[in-house]
Amino acid sequence: MNRQDFPTTALTENDYPIRYFDSGATSLRPSAVLSAIERSSIHNNANPHRGIYTLSVRATQEYEDARRTVAEFINAETEEIIFTRNATESLNLIAFTLPPVLFQDKTKNNIVIPISEHHSNFVPWQRFVKSNGYELRFLYCDKQTGDIPDSEIEAKIDEGTAIVSFATVSNVLGVHLPVEKLTQKAHSVGAVVILDAAQSVAHEQLDVKALDCDLAVFSGHKMYGPFGIGVLYGKKELLDKMPPFLTGGDMIDDVTETLTTYSPVPYKFEAGTQNVTGAAGLAEAVRYIKNLGYDAIAEEENAVLQYLTEELEKLPFVTLTIPSPTVPRASVVSFSMDDVHPHDAATVLSEYGVCVRAGKHCAHPLLDYLGVPFRATLRASLGVYNDTSDVDALIHALKETYAFLTKTSKPV
Amino acid sequence: MSINSVYTQIITDAARDKTNRREIPGAQFTLSGVNPSCGDEIAVQLELDTQESYASLAEVPDDVVITDCSYLGQGCAISQASAAFLAELLTGKTVGQARELRDTFLGMIKGSVTDEEALDKLEDAQALAGVAKMPARVKCATLAWHTLSE
Repeated sequence: MNRQDFPTTALTENDYPIRYFDSGATSLRPSAVLSAIERSSIHNNANPHRGIYTLSVRATQEYEDARRTVAEFINAETEEIIFTRNATESLNLIAFTLPPVLFQDKTKNNIVIPISEHHSNFVPWQRFVKSNGYELRFLYCDKQTGDIPDSEIEAKIDEGTAIVSFATVSNVLGVHLPVEKLTQKAHSVGAVVILDAAQSVAHEQLDVKALDCDLAVFSGHKMYGPFGIGVLYGKKELLDKMPPFLTGGDMIDDVTETLTTYSPVPYKFEAGTQNVTGAAGLAEAVRYIKNLGYDAIAEEENAVLQYLTEELEKLPFVTLTIPSPTVPRASVVSFSMDDVHPHDAATVLSEYGVCVRAGKHCAHPLLDYLGVPFRATLRASLGVYNDTSDVDALIHALKETYAFLTKTSKPV
Repeated sequence: MSINSVYTQIITDAARDKTNRREIPGAQFTLSGVNPSCGDEIAVQLELDTQESYASLAEVPDDVVITDCSYLGQGCAISQASAAFLAELLTGKTVGQARELRDTFLGMIKGSVTDEEALDKLEDAQALAGVAKMPARVKCATLAWHTLSE
């Protein structure tokens, strides 16, 4: 597919080509993005929003151009895009500044999230409710399909719900969450909808207007962009109501000995010197995705994913964590190997150049709920560089790994 | 492949050997450890030859004998084998010897203890020396041993 665009795919491990199956954790970066980072670092290296000299003006321009590029990418208004470090920081920003606004309404008393959420969309809410009497409610999924039953949505989201926050795609299960259904139900009770699109934005269009979400977050590094740059989208009228998160330089209108007035959105949420090169790299990653086109990405990735799941199902010692999803999986598949701990398997797979994630995937409550062996799984996730030769290499390595780790089998 | 030096017969056998993976009814101490990266949870149990009661293992004098040692919990082959080696090794030793062996084992995994005479005292647990070259798995190998420092 697009392997040649990604220099990391040329690396080897023990003379085996690297087979990268951990895009769900972080994607590889194409040469275009790496070049953009270098170009920006050389030509636009100055503090944005401050200097009068040309270099600084160019840095400002690059940063604001990136904001426009990201806004167009997700169908938002430019001022509705806030740059952060990553989705985690975006979610923390929201969790610290939104609840004080929403819970002024004394009829509100709970926040609802799916049990499958990544810790980044779990811990901030848990921490918030611990400091007051509000309730954090969980939407439990079916263990065979990964789907959240309608009855669960009806039972948990009620007039007291202030926030419904969920991932578009589960980073462990690879299942699509029912975005429309959850959004409609949340809005019907006056709750704010937060979408964590970190796991889907490299694969599927995020159209914030069409989805009508109130806030959305994602990371640059999971969509072929650099580490250290992330996005927070929010509807302007909501962002206007939220107080600043971090304070300091660049986010103020004026400061006196006793009083500070803040800049308008998005600037009031961007304190300190901003990540210009990160923004430049992210904008280039957006252009990379747009050039490929979501339709082409989906067509190619889905073919690889289907081949991958079929080949995994053929292995007698492998069990898929979600055996029968009702909606096709999204670029992620979790599985277990009989009697072999995922960490042992991943260590041996690494000897064959195969990079998979093993463990609890920053979703401990979900792994506990699923009750899978070892409370951990192996996870293979895809990017635009994966092809069927990667799958063949993975399957071969899985067979070798299983044989290696079970060869001395003694009766227990 | 370096993997063969870690997943040796002795380690895979120890990981499957459940002889000391059991509950000690009269254990004075149950010391828990969690490896957050993989979620492995291990508890080491110690039965001591003493009538005194101590709030923590750190307060137990060096000369008290460990009459029985076991482990509970599940995990990867490396953490299970390591716990099995620990239980086997510490049974019959004094608490003072256990502390020395813990320091030797942790030193071996860190690469700071290489003296053969010292390492020999670890008996089968020496088989885990190869983990020193696998940074991603150090926490698995040391999980059970760190519980002795609680």
